[in-house]
Amino acid sequence: MTFITENLAEISKPLGRHIHAGFGDAMATVPHNTASVAEVVFHVQSVSKIYQTGDVTVTALRGVSLDLAAGEFIVILGPSGSGKSTLLNIMGGLDTPTTGDVRFRDHWLSQAGDAGLTQFRREHVGFVFQFYNLIPSLTALENVTLVTEIAEHAMDPREALRLVGLTERQNHFPSQLSGGEQQRVAIARAIAKTPDILLCDEPTGALDYPTAKLILDVLAHVNQELHTLVAVITHNTAIADMADRVIRLRSGEITEITRNVRKSRPDELEW
Amino acid sequence: MAMLGRKLVRDLLHIRGQAIAIILVIACGVAAFVTMRSMYRSLLRSQADYYARYRFADVFAEFKRAPDWVANRIREIPGVAQVQPRVVMDVTLNVPGLKEPAVGRLISMPAEDSGALNELFLRSGRFIDSHAANEVIASEAFASANHLHLGSTLQAIIHGRWQQLTVVGIALSPEYIYEIRGGASLFPDNRRFGVLWMSPEALQAALDMQGAFNSIAVSLRPHASEPEVIASMDRILDRYGCLGAYGREDQISHRFISDEISQNRISAMIIPAIFLVVAGMLVHLSFSRLVNMQRSEIAVIKAFGFTSRQIATHYVQFSLLIASVGYMLGCIVGWAFGIRLAKLYAEFYRFPILIYRPELSIFLWAGFICAVTAVAGALAPVLRAAALPPAEAMRPESPQQFSPTLMDRLNVRVRSAALRMIVRNLERRPWRALASAFAICTAIMIVVVEFGMFDSLDRIMELQFRDTQREDITVTFNEARSASVRQELAHLPGVIASEPFRAVPVRLRFRHRSRKTSLLGLASGSRMRLMIDQQGRQALMPPDGLILSTTLAELLHVAPGESVQVEVLEGHRLVRSLPVAALVDEPLGTSAYMELNALNRILLEGNSISGAYLQVDAARQQVLYQRLKTLPAVAAVAVKKTTVDSFRDTINRSMALSLGTLILFAAIIAAGMIYNGARIALSERARELATLRILGFTRQEITSILLGEQALITLFALPFGFLAGYGLCAQMAARLQTELYRMPLVVRPTSYAWAFLMVLFSAILSGVLVGRRIAHLDMISVLKSRE
Repeated sequence: MTFITENLAEISKPLGRHIHAGFGDAMATVPHNTASVAEVVFHVQSVSKIYQTGDVTVTALRGVSLDLAAGEFIVILGPSGSGKSTLLNIMGGLDTPTTGDVRFRDHWLSQAGDAGLTQFRREHVGFVFQFYNLIPSLTALENVTLVTEIAEHAMDPREALRLVGLTERQNHFPSQLSGGEQQRVAIARAIAKTPDILLCDEPTGALDYPTAKLILDVLAHVNQELHTLVAVITHNTAIADMADRVIRLRSGEITEITRNVRKSRPDELEW
Repeated sequence: MAMLGRKLVRDLLHIRGQAIAIILVIACGVAAFVTMRSMYRSLLRSQADYYARYRFADVFAEFKRAPDWVANRIREIPGVAQVQPRVVMDVTLNVPGLKEPAVGRLISMPAEDSGALNELFLRSGRFIDSHAANEVIASEAFASANHLHLGSTLQAIIHGRWQQLTVVGIALSPEYIYEIRGGASLFPDNRRFGVLWMSPEALQAALDMQGAFNSIAVSLRPHASEPEVIASMDRILDRYGCLGAYGREDQISHRFISDEISQNRISAMIIPAIFLVVAGMLVHLSFSRLVNMQRSEIAVIKAFGFTSRQIATHYVQFSLLIASVGYMLGCIVGWAFGIRLAKLYAEFYRFPILIYRPELSIFLWAGFICAVTAVAGALAPVLRAAALPPAEAMRPESPQQFSPTLMDRLNVRVRSAALRMIVRNLERRPWRALASAFAICTAIMIVVVEFGMFDSLDRIMELQFRDTQREDITVTFNEARSASVRQELAHLPGVIASEPFRAVPVRLRFRHRSRKTSLLGLASGSRMRLMIDQQGRQALMPPDGLILSTTLAELLHVAPGESVQVEVLEGHRLVRSLPVAALVDEPLGTSAYMELNALNRILLEGNSISGAYLQVDAARQQVLYQRLKTLPAVAAVAVKKTTVDSFRDTINRSMALSLGTLILFAAIIAAGMIYNGARIALSERARELATLRILGFTRQEITSILLGEQALITLFALPFGFLAGYGLCAQMAARLQTELYRMPLVVRPTSYAWAFLMVLFSAILSGVLVGRRIAHLDMISVLKSRE
């Protein structure tokens, strides 16, 4: 697994990104729903989301407020229907809140239209899905290239695949790859455009234990070396230990935000 | 089964877009079948009915003049049932309200209820009083084109004398269902040519034909041999200047209408077949997708204990339901269209009654063919659904397998990932892509052929009336006149130039083949009648020797340099051997030409002429027409412009309806196929496209990926459609070639452009319809769902 680390360290230099040192103990006094003093990039302010389907009204989020800083590793925990996916969708520009404000730097997502949201996703967001969602008609390399073609600050797609250790499988089609390999392609595809935010919806949900840990390791290193804000939705509470902050949701409300004084390494996690 | 029935209806609503596409294509096929087949049957019935009731003759002959007793000799020919001697003469008419002179064909007609052949169907008025010298019955087409009513009068120059004629009746004749003068005319010009029936006594007296006749119509006994009767008649009539008796096959009205009817029969098979094949393919594609989408539903239903047979029945019912909607729509449209077409035909052909009564069997056949199409199209997917084991069906469809494509193996560098996706998807399902391409190709072909036929007719017009005939007016004398008459013509008001011609009926013989035709003597260096050879160059009139039309040369199997025997069929009936100097390509007729003086020489006559071509000052043509109408020597005046205009008008009227309809039908095929293709692709790849949207692709970008596939198929189909259209045009040109005219194979760039526009329109329409759905693609559900 070390090759990934080496590769990430290597790639981070030419990209000239500021390597963030992480959060010190001194910050423990800061209220937990705000991020570090410096570099708050995401503001979520009193966000509610109400879905109306026929006669049924479902309130998915009720007045959620949250600040996220660049380079943070966030894990969002919650049972089914707690609103965690809705929150992720709104942060990723896939959906807009019914009320409340969402701002990423100078992008006011809550007011943006379809074109604005598309632009935001294109420039700033990387997605990793539970079921990989690769394009079956494109090879691993081409799946990554697909995204680098439309991104402005993209890395070489071969480099992205090298970062996830798939150089040798780059010319295989998704149907010729294992689940873990497919998810690594998905991560390569997500990081290839050097996004500011990497949003992962149950990234390990469909994978076996060793493969899941491999994927978490890749995510951790993307976060550390590329200084990418990573938000992971999961059922798996064990994963919470590798986060800077853990956000717990229930019935559309944030019930608890905890800061890990010590982040675990992925290989230390057990479940 | 009640719940399955409900599922059926809901599923139908769910895939309504595709269902509508299938319904429309089926409806087009059924409508085309019902219209054309019923029109064919109606025309055939009306024709047979009309012929039988009004005793349409079997054999006809025209000649100079034969004494009355000759008719008795013809009556005695074995196989002859009834003869009708008559006098027929084309004369110049002055029709009220018509600037230029018209040609009237005067035909002697015995009084009412004489049991005569070619009996008239009196639309209004009465039959002629046999003693009234100035009463005529006008043909309905001529009367209505010129607004002639009972009591209207018109003037005719009969045998050099002015005569006032009064219309006492308006009638139809089985002999002139298609009222056309013959010769180079292809279409009826009802304003300037009409048939007038007169009392035999009056007409004989007016023409100095007492005790004689110049035309005969003969009916045959059952099982009589037509060729033998014709041969016997030719032997008897030859010395009276007969150009040869002929049967119904060569009777111009019968020939045209029979050709038209048989064209309906062929179209009634081909065009619906095209639509139903496309419909079958659409059903197949849609149902393949439907069954794939409903795998888990099928599994659940099976797990509950429904049998494979029930599942199969369910989907077959589904397909039959769609087909039956298309069928009913097609029947209604076909019926309505048939009524409109019947009206048009009735106007065109002048049947006393054209009863449009589609037979039940046509609808039953249409239903049967529809059902077969629906079941055949759905069969493979339905069997696959029925064969699905419940457990297997509960699992998702196995992931899409992709492998390096031809493009990859050939190492073609395709930079765009989007284009690569499109090409791989097409290569993954080549048959589906080919089926789409085939349908689009067919639609293009239909449009190219329809416009190509216009182009060919237009080319005939150009060749004949622009390149060959340069005159404005052709004046024909009632008999050969001295060349000095030309001077008189030249001095008529408005005449800028004149050129004489001499026309004689001849029989050309080469080895064992012979042909009767008209030999036209033209002034050397004629500027009004140009001879255009096969290379498109102007052929010079040889000092002696003949120029033949290519068609005539082919009929005689003669080549330039060889000599043919020319038998003059009038006057001294001289026989000469003349060399063929050159061939000219003419779309109309089978003419022979030679130099005027040379012709006069072999006819052993002085400077005789039959008529003249005139070039006219347009500003003074009115005055000229007035003068021409009054000249007793003038038998007929043909104004080129009015001929061309009426030709175009007729084509436009008769073809506009079918053209518009077929283009609409073609657009439905193309749009139906493109829409269905895009719709299926969207449903199969919704997840993929939604993923792309999440990754930051704009709606336009993913729309172009989805529609790019259809665009590529359409582009691929385009040249093949053009080629197929051109090929079919070539086939039709060859098939439509007759002695009367040859169809040049011409497809102008504009015809391809129209086909292209039709496809473009269809593609854009389909794109807009599918594009709207892309806007509603649910990105979020994709995040959670598993393929």
